[in-house]
Amino acid sequence: MTQQQLGSFPGGLKLPGHKKRSTQMPIRRMPISKRLILPLQQHIGEAAVPIVEVGEKVLKGQRVARAEGHVSVCLHAPTSGVIRAIADHQVPHPSGLTAPCIMIETDGEDRWIERDPVLDFRSLSSHEIRQRVREAGIVGLGGAGFPSFIKLNPGVRHHVETLLINGAECEPYITCDDMIMRERAAGIIEGIEIMMFALRAKECVIAIEDNKPESISAMRFALTANKALSETTRIVIIPTKYPTGGEKQLIQVVTGKQVPSKGLPIDIGIVCHNPATAYAVGRAIRHGEPLLSRIVTVTGTDVTHAGNFETLFGTPIRELLEFCETKRQPDEPFIMGGPMMGYNLSGDDLPITKTSNCILVGVDDVAIASQPLPCIRCGECAAACPASLLPQQLYWYSRSKEFDKTEEYNLFDCIECGCCDYVCPSKIPLVSYFRFAKTEIMNQERERRKSDIARERHENRLARQERERLEKEERQKQRKAALAASKAAQKKAENTETESTTETAAVKEDN
Amino acid sequence: MLTAILALTLLALIFGLLLGYASVKFKVEGDPIVEQIDKLLPQTQCGQCSYAGCRPYAEAIAAGEADINRCPPGGEATILALADLLDVEPKPLDEEVGAEKPKMLAVIDEARCIGCTLCIQACPVDAILGAAKHMHTVIADECTGCELCVAPCPVDCIDMVRTTPSPTTWRWPDPEHITVQEKIEEEQA
Repeated sequence: MTQQQLGSFPGGLKLPGHKKRSTQMPIRRMPISKRLILPLQQHIGEAAVPIVEVGEKVLKGQRVARAEGHVSVCLHAPTSGVIRAIADHQVPHPSGLTAPCIMIETDGEDRWIERDPVLDFRSLSSHEIRQRVREAGIVGLGGAGFPSFIKLNPGVRHHVETLLINGAECEPYITCDDMIMRERAAGIIEGIEIMMFALRAKECVIAIEDNKPESISAMRFALTANKALSETTRIVIIPTKYPTGGEKQLIQVVTGKQVPSKGLPIDIGIVCHNPATAYAVGRAIRHGEPLLSRIVTVTGTDVTHAGNFETLFGTPIRELLEFCETKRQPDEPFIMGGPMMGYNLSGDDLPITKTSNCILVGVDDVAIASQPLPCIRCGECAAACPASLLPQQLYWYSRSKEFDKTEEYNLFDCIECGCCDYVCPSKIPLVSYFRFAKTEIMNQERERRKSDIARERHENRLARQERERLEKEERQKQRKAALAASKAAQKKAENTETESTTETAAVKEDN
Repeated sequence: MLTAILALTLLALIFGLLLGYASVKFKVEGDPIVEQIDKLLPQTQCGQCSYAGCRPYAEAIAAGEADINRCPPGGEATILALADLLDVEPKPLDEEVGAEKPKMLAVIDEARCIGCTLCIQACPVDAILGAAKHMHTVIADECTGCELCVAPCPVDCIDMVRTTPSPTTWRWPDPEHITVQEKIEEEQA
């Protein structure tokens, strides 16, 4: 296979990686927590619906909530124990709000439920593979948490050319994908084989940034061991630049093609998955293991023993931080995700979920919070934007709440990478404005749909009242008519009676 | 002279016929501007604007009888949208009709409900369910928070509560209102 010329995307930044801190130790297993908190919504789409009752004993890998609707996945008990409660609990979300969770008290025995491994995945249809992936609760482990089975469906209208494995991991500090590629390359390759089969994809590209030489060699080694797959799969080494790991940016780098605005990669025949997701698919099909844990990077300047930890879902983040020994005080905020795209969380009892890729406590060369200065229209943000947007225009319109204008300037193509924030000489929190505008627009859309329903219900009510009024009138008219008719009949009867009496009288007289 | 008059008369006749035909053929049903205004109103049917519902208010705006700043549930967003549509200057909400409030939801205290059906009759969007002498309840998804059911209740068992956002409906705060000082204070607290 010939090495293709790499493309590139506009803008982007060269950032210090800070990755060495958490790659000094192999992946360690986090001890089982006494109590696990499982939010029912750990993915994009409809929340899962609990199918267990409080007090019920569950085994490791047992389904505790089923998928609801199409865009949804199942949820499983990460270890054996007893369901203690199904109640609202604070979830790791920028809002700090609560959401329904299943609380499990673990018994420490870690007893598995009976598993159903499929040794030869080719005996399954691609529909069966998708069904199993859905049942196993697998979502994109890169951070967004979109149900993976949907992205394993080539559909009727599309034809998948390329399966792209996104091993870029471009954001500073985060190393969970790097570590899984180093240590579990064979498992990832196993998963890729299944994904290729389900998608009927022609080729697979594993894209890894050039700052991860250990991952590259591990993946190469694992790939050469699989003769059949190595014919259709290649590893592409891409230059380290932020945000190459953005799906659309990576596609541009690897293929030179652009995903259309408001479009999906599948529109140009590409499906993109994270290496950890591929590993999870392999485990689910070949070993019958649902998704119960993930690799979480715990790092930052205030962490003493930084590293990557295989952590069961629902493990309180506090326990993970205690395990790594941090200088953090209780209830002090920390970052979920990386320094560029992550968000602040505070609260000690938050659980690890399917989308928690990194816990960051303390960042090097942190920018001192200062009052933002006015925009000087220097255009640095536009030069840095990897999606070719005009952040300063979007900023003006978001600020003045002219949301229709922000949409005209393609606000929804913004991937919130934070490059514009980083380069802004006035230190304007641009992404905060864009996030605000996006959720406002989505809310307006929701309200509009609701008001349409309200209008319809109101109109239906008015129509019903009108109909009832008419019916009442009609009934009254009928009753009146009936009354009049009966009166007339009575009168007539009386008349005939009198007539007949007069007649009989006449007859009598005659006699 | 005569030809000119004839030609102009003929032209006038032709165009008259053409326009007459067009006005019959392409007749617009209803008043489109009323529809457009109605689309922007929140459809709570609450009557706080002093009209009998959103559509009558829309008709009044279209007729130039009412101002665009009389809708408290719609608030600033609706006024801006109306100003944009009608190409007039936006103005603050009319104090006479009340203040902009967060979205509310009617909740019936089911233990106290006597089943009088008065609230069912008052609800403009049929969001209350129940029968005579049986407990009533609010269909939360359909309630517009118009408060019209509160006054008719003889036992005062309907409360308006603030709707709490869930993580999926939560909105990022307006950065304009968060000053750095607040942020630092928050972090220290």
